[in-house]
Order: sequence, then C-alpha cells, then structure tokens
Amino acid sequence: MTLRLASDAWIKELSRRLNESNSYERAAKDWEGDFLFVVEPDEEFDDTAYLYLGLHHGKSPSAALVNSEDERETEFVIRAPYGTWREVIEGELDPIQGIMTRRLRLSGNMMKVMRYPKAAQEIVACCAEVPTDWS
Amino acid sequence: MWYFVAPEIVFGKGALQALDELVGQRGLVITDARLVELGLVDRVTSRLARAGLEVRVFDQVRPDPTVELVQRGVVMAQEFEPDWIVGLGGGSPMDAAKAIWVLYERPDLEAAEINPLVELRLRQKARLITIPTTSGTGAEVTWAIVLTDAGEGRKMGLGNRENVADLAVVDPLMAAGMPPVLTADTGMDALVHAVEGYTCTWHTDLTDGLCVKAARDIFRYLPRAVQEGNDMEARERMHNAATGAGLGFGNAWASLAHAMGHALGAAFHVSHGRAVGILLPYTIEFAACESPGRFAELADRLGLEAGSGEGGCRELAERIRELARQIGSPTNVAEAGIDLEACEARLEKMVDDAFNDSQILTAPRSPTYDELAQLFRCAFEGRDVDF
Repeated sequence: MTLRLASDAWIKELSRRLNESNSYERAAKDWEGDFLFVVEPDEEFDDTAYLYLGLHHGKSPSAALVNSEDERETEFVIRAPYGTWREVIEGELDPIQGIMTRRLRLSGNMMKVMRYPKAAQEIVACCAEVPTDWS
Repeated sequence: MWYFVAPEIVFGKGALQALDELVGQRGLVITDARLVELGLVDRVTSRLARAGLEVRVFDQVRPDPTVELVQRGVVMAQEFEPDWIVGLGGGSPMDAAKAIWVLYERPDLEAAEINPLVELRLRQKARLITIPTTSGTGAEVTWAIVLTDAGEGRKMGLGNRENVADLAVVDPLMAAGMPPVLTADTGMDALVHAVEGYTCTWHTDLTDGLCVKAARDIFRYLPRAVQEGNDMEARERMHNAATGAGLGFGNAWASLAHAMGHALGAAFHVSHGRAVGILLPYTIEFAACESPGRFAELADRLGLEAGSGEGGCRELAERIRELARQIGSPTNVAEAGIDLEACEARLEKMVDDAFNDSQILTAPRSPTYDELAQLFRCAFEGRDVDF
C-alpha cells in the first residue's frame, strides 16, 4: 500500500522507520530538535500540508499531520513546494544542497543541522523507503 | 541549481605588484609571526605603503585558528578601521582574515553564525585580499572558513558565498621559499582538492575541468617542486594548480578523505595536507568496489592508462601512493609516526567526528559506521581496502 506524502499515515510511517534504524539512532544520538515540514502548493499539489516530526536523541517519539504551523512549536521549519519535496525523497536533490541554495527554506539554526549530516542522510534514506503515492 | 563563486585573480610571477594600484586609506594585514621573520610580510606592506595606505599588521595567527584569536583580530580592526583587509599566508591566516573581515563588518554576529544562509551585506567597511604563501590550501579563492572551537575541541566549518575575497594575488614568488616537507604536504592537499572536487557527488560541469588540469599539473610538477625548490617553473605551476583546485573543489565540495582527515587531524594534530593525503588512496579503494566510475574517469583523463571501472580506480589510488613516496610523504598513519594503539583508542571518536563532518555528504560510496572504522584501520596500518 502506498501513502500520500501529505498525510498523517506518511509521516507516522517515516517516524516508525526512523525508530527502527540503528544508523539513524547512532548518527542522531545527541540530536534535540523537532521539525515541521511544510509542503507548499505547486502544479502537482494544490494544498498546503504541515508534517510534524518529533526527533530526540536518535529516536522519533511522535509524528503527525497538523493543521497549521502554530499547532506545534518546533525548533526547525523547512518549506518547499511539493515537487521539491519529491526530488528530495526520490534522491534527486541532496537536502543540504537544497537548503544551501534555498530551494528548501530552513528556519532555525543551520549550523546545528550541518553538524549532523549523517543524520540528515539517514532521514532521507528512511523517507525513500516509505512507499509514497505520487499520483 | 548551484553557484560558482570566485574572486578577481591576479596570478603569475610579479602578481604582487597589483597591490601598488590599490585605492584606499588603511590596510590591515592578517598573518603569522613566521612570515614576518621570513620577510614576506614586508614585501606586502611595502607595496601597500607605496599605494598610499597606512598599514597595520596582526601577526598572531597560529595553525588551526580559534574563535578567540579571531576576536582579537576583530578588536584591532575595529580600532584601526581598515578599508582593506589582507589575508597573507597559508590556510590559517587566510581563513582568520575572512572571519575577522566578516565580524568587523558585522559585530552583531558570532563566528558560529557565519553560514551560507545568513545575509551578510559585506563590503560596507572593507574589502578582502588573499595572498597565499603555500601552494595547496586554495583558501585564497574559496569562501570556506575553518575555525577551531577550543572549548569543544572541534573544527567548525563556516562560511558564506559573500565572504569570498575580492582579489586573490597568486604570486609564485611568495611560495618559492617553502621547505620540502611543507611543499609536499600542501601539494598533497591541493591534489586531494582536485581529486575530491572531481569525484564528489556535487561536482559540476564548471568545476570538472579545473580539477583535471590541477591534478595533471600536480602529478607532473610536485616532485620537482619538492626536490628542487628553486625550480620556478614547478613552483609556478604548483601555485596555479593549487588555486585551480581551490576553485574546483570550492565550487563543488570535498569528500570522504576530508571528513576523515579532519577527524585524524583533530585527534593527532597531523597537518591537514598530510592527513588528507594519507587517507585519499584508501577512500578511492573504498569507492572501487561499488562506485568506481568518476575515479576511473579521472585516471583516464590524467593519462594513467589505468583501464575502466574498479581497475582504473585502484590504479589511481596506487599512483597517488607512488607520488607520495616520491616526495617523501607517508602513505599510512603509522608511517606518519602515530602510535597504532593511540589510533585504536580514539577510533570511535574519529568515526563519529567524520560522520559529523559535512564533507562526508558527497562521498560517491557512503560508508556505514563499521565500514568507516575498517577504513580508518586500513589507513592506520597501510592495508589494502578490499570491502
């Protein structure tokens, strides 16, 4: 079964896969900081979706599709159009390169993110494993 | 989408005379005390004075400059109010100069806040000139700044495209007096820049040619520059190759040898060029099993008659080791005089540090924790990488 990116099931599946990943656990063992991924509308997607991902010391204690940016306070917010998220998840755009070119717009301390490149790679690897419905 | 950033570059013998034509009031030279003793600082300050600038020298830079050292330089800049800042030396003085410049312009920022996303709005107070006195670092043309956080004992990779120099003066006469060991270590640093700039996953059409040309010239001229320091043709080609490699990797990225080299250097205070030079062939052999393509292609472009695929990749690694032997550089960590038990004791931290280094992002083959530990062990003992 595939899952739509802008869905509660998708972000919870990502969270589950992160919790099963030994590589992510080690790479992010000291990490503290939750993320909100904002999926913005483009020609493939005509809504705005807010995906909350809790991350703490190598685990993902919670995840949910939320109704607005204000529903959960997070240390980091990353915004991008739907198509750009698809490029990241399908491995066509490195997320750090995307942030450096502002194709992914990060709010939060970039240097903190840059200190955990392996964790970022592992999150993207887990994203790629989530069976995603792009139709 | 990506960027190519570079300063105006004046290069070749006599390039230093470009300083005669500067227009400004005050020049602050950021350098180290050794270069003052060697007379290299005088060569620069006399030309700045000839251009009518009042000149002051901050000569306190040490290898692996710290945030605290940069803050001292910022205090001097704030008192002197230069409209030109000159980074003179190897990578440490030039990186310190970049950071001092940024924080002089933006006293509201902390050093750790200099990152690619912040809008710096530089060049309100001063502009930056870089003058390399070694042929390796490429810092004269890159926007990267490496500072050490003495409290945490780790290096911080900082920088923003805005803080690339306005003018790089690449005059081989400024590097002609380097002793053989420094020539060898910095030359290997330049080679690693060229190879990783070409093979990293962020390489671009605009950087590939620079990296190939630099690598070709380093293979050809580095032995001559080490063995005969007065060979000015070799010195000039090496100086240009280092700048070309800097433009190449600085506008692509470095890769696994840099991530591992930073960790090794921080653990044992091995010079940067020596550390990455030792590690590069092992990282190439690691790529050979699964992702040999770009390395084999580079070997072919270098005319190594190396074949394609894994064979070509391994041949490139071996040729780099041959070059290292030719110039008297170590080919493994033990040969660099580091105790293997000490390496083993710090292995876990080095693995973690390498994984927390942004250069690891662009490795053509991304290692697991176990693989990276094995790779370090191969480099410690000089074992072939066959996994």
